[in-house]
Amino acid sequence: MKRKQRRLIFVSLGLAAIGLAAALILLAFDENLVFFFSPTDLRSHQFTADQRLRIGGLVEENSIVRDGLNIRFNITDLSNKVAVTFSGVPPDLFEEGQGVVAEGHMRDGSFEALEILAKHDENYMPREVADALKESGQWQGDEGQDEKGSK
Amino acid sequence: MIAEIGHFALILSLVLATVQGTLPLVGAARRDTAWMALSRPAVAGQFIFVSLSFACLMYAYVVSDFSVANVAQNSHSAKPLLYKFTAVWGNHEGSMLLWVWILAFYGMAIASFGGNLPPALRARVLAIQGLLGVGFILFLLATSNPFLRLDPVPINGRDLNPLLQDPGLAFHPPLLYFGYVGLSVAFSFAVAALIEGKVDPAWARWVRPWSLASWSALTAGIVLGSWWAYYELGWGGFWFWDPVENASFMPWLMATALLHSAIVAEKRGALKSWTVLLAILGFSLSLMGTFLVRSGMLTSVHSFAADPERGVYILGFLVLVVGGSLSLYAWRAPTMRATGRFRPISREGALVVNNLLLVTGCAAVFIGTLYPLVLDALSGEKVSVGPPFFEASFVWIMVPLFILMAAGPLMAWKRSDIPGVSQRLILAFGAAATAAILLVALRGGPWGAILGLTIAAWLVGGVVAEFTERIRLARVPLGESLRRASALPRSAWGMTLAHTGIAILITGAVGATNWQTEHVQVMNIGEKVQVAGYGFDFVSLKESDGPNYTRLGAEFRVTRDGEEIAMLYPEKRKYWVQTMDTTEAAIRTTWIEDLYIAIGDPAVGGGIAVRIYHNPLVPWIWIGAAVMVAGGLISLSDRRHRIGVPRRSRRKLQPATPMENEA
Repeated sequence: MKRKQRRLIFVSLGLAAIGLAAALILLAFDENLVFFFSPTDLRSHQFTADQRLRIGGLVEENSIVRDGLNIRFNITDLSNKVAVTFSGVPPDLFEEGQGVVAEGHMRDGSFEALEILAKHDENYMPREVADALKESGQWQGDEGQDEKGSK
Repeated sequence: MIAEIGHFALILSLVLATVQGTLPLVGAARRDTAWMALSRPAVAGQFIFVSLSFACLMYAYVVSDFSVANVAQNSHSAKPLLYKFTAVWGNHEGSMLLWVWILAFYGMAIASFGGNLPPALRARVLAIQGLLGVGFILFLLATSNPFLRLDPVPINGRDLNPLLQDPGLAFHPPLLYFGYVGLSVAFSFAVAALIEGKVDPAWARWVRPWSLASWSALTAGIVLGSWWAYYELGWGGFWFWDPVENASFMPWLMATALLHSAIVAEKRGALKSWTVLLAILGFSLSLMGTFLVRSGMLTSVHSFAADPERGVYILGFLVLVVGGSLSLYAWRAPTMRATGRFRPISREGALVVNNLLLVTGCAAVFIGTLYPLVLDALSGEKVSVGPPFFEASFVWIMVPLFILMAAGPLMAWKRSDIPGVSQRLILAFGAAATAAILLVALRGGPWGAILGLTIAAWLVGGVVAEFTERIRLARVPLGESLRRASALPRSAWGMTLAHTGIAILITGAVGATNWQTEHVQVMNIGEKVQVAGYGFDFVSLKESDGPNYTRLGAEFRVTRDGEEIAMLYPEKRKYWVQTMDTTEAAIRTTWIEDLYIAIGDPAVGGGIAVRIYHNPLVPWIWIGAAVMVAGGLISLSDRRHRIGVPRRSRRKLQPATPMENEA
């Protein structure tokens, strides 16, 4: 086999691999991207019941109601809020007044969370939540995050 | 005083790294041996001073010197001693110092083991290491100094993030860093080779052991992290496709590809420039992982503090290193000509496909990890890419790789034939068919699990076929087979083990993903629940105090057919200083399956939320990874990787098969 032929085979193999990967990635993207919304964003959007999305903000003070495994609470960006229901065990740092991100579906104006995302640090504010608060003009500055950096 | 010594030692090491990174490089260009020889004492000095600096920080932690800001922010006098040590790298500044120390350690190792490297190559490699050292030490001193003082001195510290107060912190970050930073050695060799414009089999032979060491450490580090998340987070899962996990997984994929292509470069003199490219990309991905994790762009337990200054510095450094090395590559690589030719159906061909698949898989992970960041930067739209994406793309790219993995080692170098190889794979076909039939008959699904386990069986069959052929089992008397086995090069044993480990790991991952049973409910004391054929009795719930936390401990009796088989004690801890809760899952393992209990918050009307998982085959993930690491280490101990060691006199009995001395 000539050098050129061989190279051709390898190049086409490579292209095939890349093409296959691109197809897989695009297909997977199409089905598995989850968009993020703040409670304010939610107002201007319509969602179907099977559309998976993430919402984030703060857990509103005095809004958590527990009933066995079922939890109801409100997520707020301090301008707007949305009622959330969840069944299961929330992560360790799920508390009133803390930042939270929930993934699930909108159903009849309230949010059915399939998953509540954990955070790992008392000071940590999910970036999406921080941005959502900034957008709604309720951001209190970067305290939590900056304290830890050495000045 | 101690902190100032540490700070000063760090500055001295910066000076020495600068010397190491510049003069020998000039010396190598001018063929000045005296200047080239400077690199070794400079490396030794840098290592000593960084070690001193590290020891100073450690001392400050152990004696709880809260006048040091870093200690005050991440430690507490009531913390157990082990965590005073490990807290040194449980924060941004300390972990970067650990990174720098490991970088200096590798420099020292190259200087010590590289006695037989050509002087110019050694000088260049060490110089590149020195320049990397300059970048990181400067980063520490300018943006992340761990030795800054606090005034007034607080009475006590703010304690370490409770999630990190775990023995896992003693091993996971250091091993991961040994892996990440180990790739810098291959990188330095690659850049040095580009400067010299020469990649010969000797070069590949020097690169292989370093990539192997770094690959082994990276494997161990990633899996320890996964194990840690498994027992600490209480979610019952072992891999979440979290961006931070991906950041460590991408360099691993590259290191794996590099290991395999370096074999071709060494044995056959082909794939030279490709190997150089992989070495560059592997380390670039390590750097990018560090950047992503440390810049605060990804928020997780790993991003200690978001500070834009640091992000900008690392980004600049990343651009310089990646851009510089890739430009050098574009300029110099065309001069490297392959000498070894091969046909598409050959061992080399199989390794090329291996590389293509690994790199493509890495690209899929890369896109899934970075897409949300890029989209946010470009349009402000926020998306997340979750596990389903990676399962639908990466996992499918790995399927052909695993299938090929059984066949590759059976192929001859240069040219091979498909009929011959398939004939030798009869055992693999048999194993796969048996596994598929048994699985359909016994479990009946889901089909993804059947496919996954069939592939694992196929792979084991292939590994066994290759090994038995090597020792000519059943073709020659058993005694001679055993003699052949003991005469096999360690790198051959290493490959057999590493490939077996992958098969075991696949089995574990497939079983855990497909057959996990989860049961969540509120339970009261005295209540009993059945999960996956096991009974769980909730016996008691008590509060007690640990060293720096209050513990809510539950007691469960696990029964099978009415007989007690274990007591499990899951806990929920409330740490006093950071007022944060952690979950300590209780796990009972039989090495085939895990029973896993985690408790949540007490419910309003009494009782407590309990999560019980039945996780079949999860332990195989850890076993498989351990076997892989063992394979890496055994291969690393191969005499042929230690150049300059006189070869053993050839034994009379050399396997006569085409895959003779290969791994």
